[in-house]
Formats: sequence, structure tokens, C-alpha cells
Amino acid sequence: MEQHYQYLYEMLSQVQGFIYPNELDLQWGLLIVLYPYITGLVAGAFILASLERVFNVKVLKPTYELALLTALAFLLVATMPLVSHLGHPLRAYEILSTPHSTSAMAIFGFVYLWYLMVVLLLEIWFDYRRDMVIWARQEKGFKARIYKILTLGVNDISPKTVKWDDKIGYFITVVGIPSAFLLHGYVGFIFGSIKANPWWSTVMMPVIFLFSAMVSGIALVLFIYMAVSYIRKQKIDMKALDTIAKYLFYILILDFTLEGLDQIHRIYEAEESFEILSLLVHGPLFLTFFIFQIFLGTIIPLIVLGILQFYKPREFTRRVIYLVSSLLVLLGIFFMRWNVVIGGQLFSKSFYGFTDYKIRIAGSEGLLWSMAWIIIPFIILAFLLWLLPPWKKVPAEPA
Amino acid sequence: MGNCRVKQSRRKFIKAAAAAGGLLATGIVNPFNAVIFATERPEDPTKPWWGYGIDIEKCIGCGRCANACKLENDVPKEPFYFRTWVEQYTIKNDGSVKVESPNGGINGFKQTVPEADIFKAFFVPKMCNHCHKSPCVQACPVGATYDSPDGVVLVDESYCIGCRYCVQACPYGCRYIHPEKNVVDKCTLCYHRISKGKTTACVEVCPTHARILGDLNDQEGELYSFMKNHNCLVLKPHLNTGSKLYYNALSAEVR
Repeated sequence: MEQHYQYLYEMLSQVQGFIYPNELDLQWGLLIVLYPYITGLVAGAFILASLERVFNVKVLKPTYELALLTALAFLLVATMPLVSHLGHPLRAYEILSTPHSTSAMAIFGFVYLWYLMVVLLLEIWFDYRRDMVIWARQEKGFKARIYKILTLGVNDISPKTVKWDDKIGYFITVVGIPSAFLLHGYVGFIFGSIKANPWWSTVMMPVIFLFSAMVSGIALVLFIYMAVSYIRKQKIDMKALDTIAKYLFYILILDFTLEGLDQIHRIYEAEESFEILSLLVHGPLFLTFFIFQIFLGTIIPLIVLGILQFYKPREFTRRVIYLVSSLLVLLGIFFMRWNVVIGGQLFSKSFYGFTDYKIRIAGSEGLLWSMAWIIIPFIILAFLLWLLPPWKKVPAEPA
Repeated sequence: MGNCRVKQSRRKFIKAAAAAGGLLATGIVNPFNAVIFATERPEDPTKPWWGYGIDIEKCIGCGRCANACKLENDVPKEPFYFRTWVEQYTIKNDGSVKVESPNGGINGFKQTVPEADIFKAFFVPKMCNHCHKSPCVQACPVGATYDSPDGVVLVDESYCIGCRYCVQACPYGCRYIHPEKNVVDKCTLCYHRISKGKTTACVEVCPTHARILGDLNDQEGELYSFMKNHNCLVLKPHLNTGSKLYYNALSAEVR
């Protein structure tokens, strides 16, 4: 606590203009930046997977399972930054046991559980059930036992049953698309519904969150597909890669347009909060907003990916471009979340000044733990890929 | 044509009369609330419904209220935690506004702007507005923040999970996270005192009687007559929070 006071006294000297005295202590730090970032990756990866399944974009087949497992790996971690940020983490269950009906935050637990249990786990289970039955027979020892448990005793792999698996899987994906929209649109609503904060309070927020989620999720799968292929020393399916990059390009255009619309609307209406928000983006947020989010994270990838739609260089060059673009987009969306969450708290609700935020290294709110919450999903993904390797799936016999 | 025109004007008249009559009728059944009661009154008018008045013209910026509040309610001493505080507004001749609240005003204020440059200056005590339609109560995910039946916004600290959503939702900056308890903390309108017939600590110590605690249901009461005799305003009325903290002589610069 003494450390916290010391930090606040330090911040006191960083205040510009006037803030309400209680506003010095910035409430939501790096952990809450990660929360919409990670849920966005989940929703985006799932939507990419459903493109193959529901919209029948067959060329994306090599990334279907990969996208699903990526979504699962990140979803398993999504609540951790939230819970560890609470003043009383052990009371977190109260959100589920006594949710307050008027609170935008209260239904997060339900949306999350619905998405985890009903959509992702079920879809993956139906997709892998037949393979798990086969693997349980092929493998020996511990691994075989895991597969046996995971099949839940449903060992029938007759073509008729497998066909049912496929049908149910398809149905779940159809339900899953609106669920993914709900998951992330809802995260946007948590911020967009705070009328006290003009930087957050816009009806566009859920839509912007949704599209930026798709952008980041697609970029993540693009990156992971290249990384996994590299590690496995497998040739990359360039058709799949080109298609993912094409979707990334189109959705990035939509995302940029929507965010641009939101900003133009703000500038043109120029309400009471306009001056302070203008000072905000030109001052404390200049680097993260104009440079990281807009220039590096949006405009560069848009130009590069846009050129590739007309001009196709060699495969190697394209791969490098895709790699760099996906990383830039991931960086840009991270800073988009940063600009929303941190930016929304830097200016005073009196509109007369700014507080400051400095990332601490240690502690549960610090940089090290936050990086852990980003790295852990990759470890989970590595485990999932070991347990359920998409490339070892046994092709179904033609019916 | 002429015939037709008469008919049309008659029709218009009947329509307008019907509309006006309808409005009048609904007005009698459900009278429009005057602005001073930005919110509807509770169902039981025989019980108290707490509101608060602040007379900016009377505040001298001594900061005794902020200090008394900290002592009475065990608010942390550090200058980042306040249930009530005082702001000094200085509007300069060039139109620029300077706002300060060093240590919430507890140690008093010094005017740093030369007198010749000052257009006007005044003090604004701030505290929880005990809104009737409070955004903080709306936002709390577990219902740990609630409206008491007598119109006070309170926090159940054994129930609060410390998510800080209410801190974000309050437009007036009246909430903070208690550094020892890790739950949200705010003005309780000295509920432990007012429920025993006493007044709040801040009202009690104010030397100029700039602060008034009152029952909005009591038409003979002090708050009622304060609001009747002054042009009172609430902070950020466009947010429709149903604030029950009424300021006399509130300047447009105050936010």
C-alpha cells in the first residue's frame, strides 16, 4: 500500500490542469486493456473458422481447426486478467450468483460461459470426436486414456453417426456466429454505455469493437498458421494464406471506415467534451493513437495488403508481407484497446485536465503478469495442438 | 374551394383542440415535475427523502467540511481519497478558467492569480449527488451499490467485488477505491448520523451555513425553502442522473 501511495504522489506531479481529486488513481490499467484484446482475438478467430464451415470457403480448410483451437486457447485465459484485477477476486462468483439486471457488466459471466461451453467446446468436440475414437485405438498408454475420456464414451464412428456429428457441428457454428458477435459486441457495450465518459459513450462502440475483433482474430490466425507451418517444417498452403489476407484486408477497410466515421462524427458535432478529447489525442495519446493504432496498425497494412490484391509478387515476398502485416495489425488493435481503456481515463470528467498512467513492472497489475496473460494462451495452444493435431485428423471416407 | 378551406380549418381546429385537451387531461392525471425536482418523489411522502443544498455564494473555501468528513468517516488521509472536497474556480479576464483543489481544500486556498486579472472567483464544494437515477447503481454488476428507501446511495462493502465499474460510471468523480479495504467508498450522507436525527459532519462544521441537508418531502423544511428562494441548478443536467444535490449560484464553468 505504501508503494501505491508513493506511486500516486509521483503521479500527482504529472497532473496537467485540474482533475477531480479521486481521479488521480487510474482505475483500469494494463490488465483491462488485455481483456477486450483477448476476447477480441477469440471472437475474430472463431468468425474466421466459421467462414470455412458455414459460408463454405473451402480454401480455408487448412486453418479451420487451427482457428478453433486458437479461439479456445485464448478464451480459457480471457477472464483471468479481469478476475485478478478485482479488489476481491474471491467474490467474483457473485457476478454469476447474484447478477444485477441493469448492469452491463453483470451478464459477462453468462455470455462467456455460453460461448465457452456451448459454442467452442461443443464444436471442437463434435469436430474431433471421430478422430479421438481412432486415436484412442492407435495410441498407447496415457495419451490413449486421455482420448478415451475425451470421447465421453461415444465410440460409434459409423458413417451415419459421423454424418450427425457434422450436422450438429454445422448447427453449432451457425449459432456460434451470432454468439461471437454477442461476445465482443457486448464487450464494446460495457464501455459504450458509460454516459459519464464521452470518449467511450458512443453507440458505435460495440460495432467498432466487433470489427476490430475480427481484424485482430484473423491477423492472429494468419500469424499462427505461418508460425506453426514453420515450426512443423511444412509447406504453407498459399491459397489459404492469400484468402485469409484478403479477408483481413476487407474487414480492415470496414473497421477503419467505422472508426473514421465515429471520429468524424465527434469532430463535426464538437460537443462539450470536444476540446479535451482533441487535446487527449494530440497530447497523451499521440503516439499510441496516431502512430501505433492508425499509421502502423491500420494504414500501412491497408496499403500493403491492398497492393497485393492487384499485384502478386513471389511466394516468399508475400509470406514476409503477410507476416509483417499480421503483426502490425495485432499491434495496432492492441493499441486501439489501449487508447479506449487508458485514454478514456486519462482526461478528467471535469474536462479541465489530465492524469497520467505509468506501467509498473512487477505486481499483479504489472507488465510481467500482463505479458504472462498473453504468453499463456500460446502455451495452451501448443498443448492443444499436441493433443488434437489438425494435421493428423483422419480424412473421412467418402460417403 | 372556399368551402373546402373552411372545412379544413375546422378540422384543424378540432384536431388541435383535441390534442390540447388530451395534454391537459394527462397533465392533471400525471402532473409534470418541476425542474427543482428533477426526479420523481418516492411513493411514500410521509418518510424523509434526503437531498442536499449548497450555496456557492456562502462558501468561503475553508475546507473544514472536507476535513470533518475525513475524520468522521475514516477516509484515508492521503490527498487522493475524498468523500467531499472543495474546488476553487478562478475565471480570468481573458476568459480562461483555473480550477484548483489542493488536498481537497482541507488546508485552505491561496489565490495565485493577481487580483487585476480576475473576472470572478468562487468556491464549489463537491460530494456525491445522491442521484435518483444514479449511473453507479445502474452499473454495479452485483448490486453492492444501491439506493436506500430514503434516497441515499450506499455501498455494501461486504458485497462489493472491487471491479471499479461504478467509479467509471460516476460523472462527478465522487467514488474511489479504499486502499485498505479494496472496495469502493463514497459519501454515505453520514447515514449513521442522519438516521439518528443528527445532521452530516460537513453540514455541522460549515461556519457560513453554505451546506444544507434536508428532506425533499418536507415542504416546511429548510432545503425546500432554499430551493424555492434561489435559482438552483444541478451538475451536468444533460446526463439525466436525477441529481439531488442542488447548487445556488452555480456558474456555467463548473463541471
